[in-house]
Amino acid sequence: MKFENESGIEIKSVYTPEDVTATGGDDGIGRPGQFPFTRGIHEQMYRKRPWTMRQYAGFGTPEETNERFHYLIDNGQTGLNVAFDLPTQMGLSSDDPMAEGEVGRVGMAVDTLEDFEIAFAGIDLDEITVSLTINGAAVTLIAMYFAMAEKRGYDLSKLRGTAQNDILKEFVGRGTWVFPVEPSIKLVGDTIIYCAENVPKYSPVSVCGYHIRESGASPAQEMAYAFLIAKAYIDHVLARGMSVDDFASRLSFNFDIYGNLFEQVAKFRAGRRLWAKIINDDYHAENPRSAWMRMIAGGGGGGLTIEQPENNIVRGAYYALISALSGTQTMALCSYDEAYTIPSEKAARVSLRTMQILIEEMGLCDTVDPLGGSYYVESLTNQMEEKIRAVMKDVDRGGGIVKSISEGYIQAAVSRQAYENVRKIERGEIRKVGVNCFQVEEETPDVEFHPFRDEDRDKQVRRLERVRSERDGTRAERALGKLLDTAKAGDNVMPAVIEAVKSYATVGEITSCLVEVYGRYKEPIRF
Amino acid sequence: MTEKRIRVLIAKPGLDGHDVGAKVVARALMDAGFEVIYTGLKQSAEEIARAAGQEDVDVIGLSVLSGSHLPLCRTLKGKLEEQELGDKLWIVGGNIPRRDHDELKKLGVAAVFATGTTTETIVSFVRENVV
Repeated sequence: MKFENESGIEIKSVYTPEDVTATGGDDGIGRPGQFPFTRGIHEQMYRKRPWTMRQYAGFGTPEETNERFHYLIDNGQTGLNVAFDLPTQMGLSSDDPMAEGEVGRVGMAVDTLEDFEIAFAGIDLDEITVSLTINGAAVTLIAMYFAMAEKRGYDLSKLRGTAQNDILKEFVGRGTWVFPVEPSIKLVGDTIIYCAENVPKYSPVSVCGYHIRESGASPAQEMAYAFLIAKAYIDHVLARGMSVDDFASRLSFNFDIYGNLFEQVAKFRAGRRLWAKIINDDYHAENPRSAWMRMIAGGGGGGLTIEQPENNIVRGAYYALISALSGTQTMALCSYDEAYTIPSEKAARVSLRTMQILIEEMGLCDTVDPLGGSYYVESLTNQMEEKIRAVMKDVDRGGGIVKSISEGYIQAAVSRQAYENVRKIERGEIRKVGVNCFQVEEETPDVEFHPFRDEDRDKQVRRLERVRSERDGTRAERALGKLLDTAKAGDNVMPAVIEAVKSYATVGEITSCLVEVYGRYKEPIRF
Repeated sequence: MTEKRIRVLIAKPGLDGHDVGAKVVARALMDAGFEVIYTGLKQSAEEIARAAGQEDVDVIGLSVLSGSHLPLCRTLKGKLEEQELGDKLWIVGGNIPRRDHDELKKLGVAAVFATGTTTETIVSFVRENVV
């Protein structure tokens, strides 16, 4: 029988030092905290501080979300990862006709700055770092976060936090795009430049391999596409006159984790090394931090099953183990109900406890990169690095990542693979416990969504109407006019968006202004 | 002897951006020899009904994972009737709780293919139920 991992690397029965030599040697292993960072970006890693625990949370109104945030923090969570409802993610206000049936459903509804003030009430933004899962409407929501923090007296020059804000991957998977490709990249550039100049400790972009993998990519493709996307943002910002050390250290990554344990660990170690080399060789960075591949990893919704959902608790525990063995900075562990809903309170707590058990009981924080030096892991790390490079080269030969995404070729490639994977699972060639082997007769429990309540929508729309009628209308109008002019002129829109949110302009009003200038994205249908 | 090929519209209504399943089903139906038109994301009920009419399809397949299937299907039902497409074979797939299946069938949905359904089940259903 032939053993092969998902990235197409053949696995041998046993590994020896010769295999490490044959795959490229051990020169690239190095030490943690030193270039090329194969073993981790910090010298002491979790001995100094365990990974940040940042479960995905948010639903209904800002009041309910605030309660959940406090619950998670009271249970030992060390960061927040905010889920927004689909209208907010698409830059629509809650009273937009397209928002019908969606307000507060898969995340928190946000219309104006007041919603952010409510959602983060009583949370110390120095103590708890906040990550915003927002892409198409990122400029508006990042602006709201800064405006809220400033209003509460925080110094923006010291404010930490993260926004997902990776629009290119939205065109491949996840789908919360608003504007066409080019202006979308320009807006990401605006946030990077604004942050570098004004909020230097904030991470404005978390480049996501995660959703591309969920859409059907192999682990090697996941890393390659994410690196190419990150490079596209870097190239854009460099072309606008910044130098790489001004901003590269604030870029971070979000990766998927399901699959073969050793392939995953090797993927992250290889990725860290390759990213460091790219930053040094292609961009000649001088600040060593610019070359750090900082990451969040712990999600793997595609690996979970609706059949025998308790098994997902076990899968989640292995994902957390993989993430810890891979030197992650942050974990957002997928909860056992993630195959069908946003996490329930209980599911979120089980995920939190899973990570806490690793930290407190399993010795995962005692030493750095415990798998380093394994002949198997080092050989595989060398081979994964080559695989990732090869995929990157292929895309570059095909005209580059922006063109490949704009024309739908990456989408077509990954969706074809997703189909092949489904067929392999149906034929039993890929084994999935509870799905095509070890099934049980008992009926699968019914899907339990987070309850959608019309009252929540009504409450949200009433607040939106009140804020709109109580705000200084002239100030809001002037701010939106200024935003329109700034966008038309091609200047950085961030200062104008911040002024607009401070004037209590709505998410929908700000999006409309930008659509007027940039237009809307039209999806190429290729699959 | 030539038989008219079965034509299927696969549509993503509303704001939900999860399209892996819709594309998998579209490809499975194509492999089975059907003609498939995929709308892409974020289609309004009106756009879906218009596409179904213009493309003269036999089957309308909706994919919904956000939980909004009931309001979306209620709106679509009205639009399909307006366009006199109420007799088309209408199927819905995705993240759909069992307790909502009856309600969907009352709206005119012929079958609900929840997460976990095999592609063969969907292909056979379409083949056997297009008149």
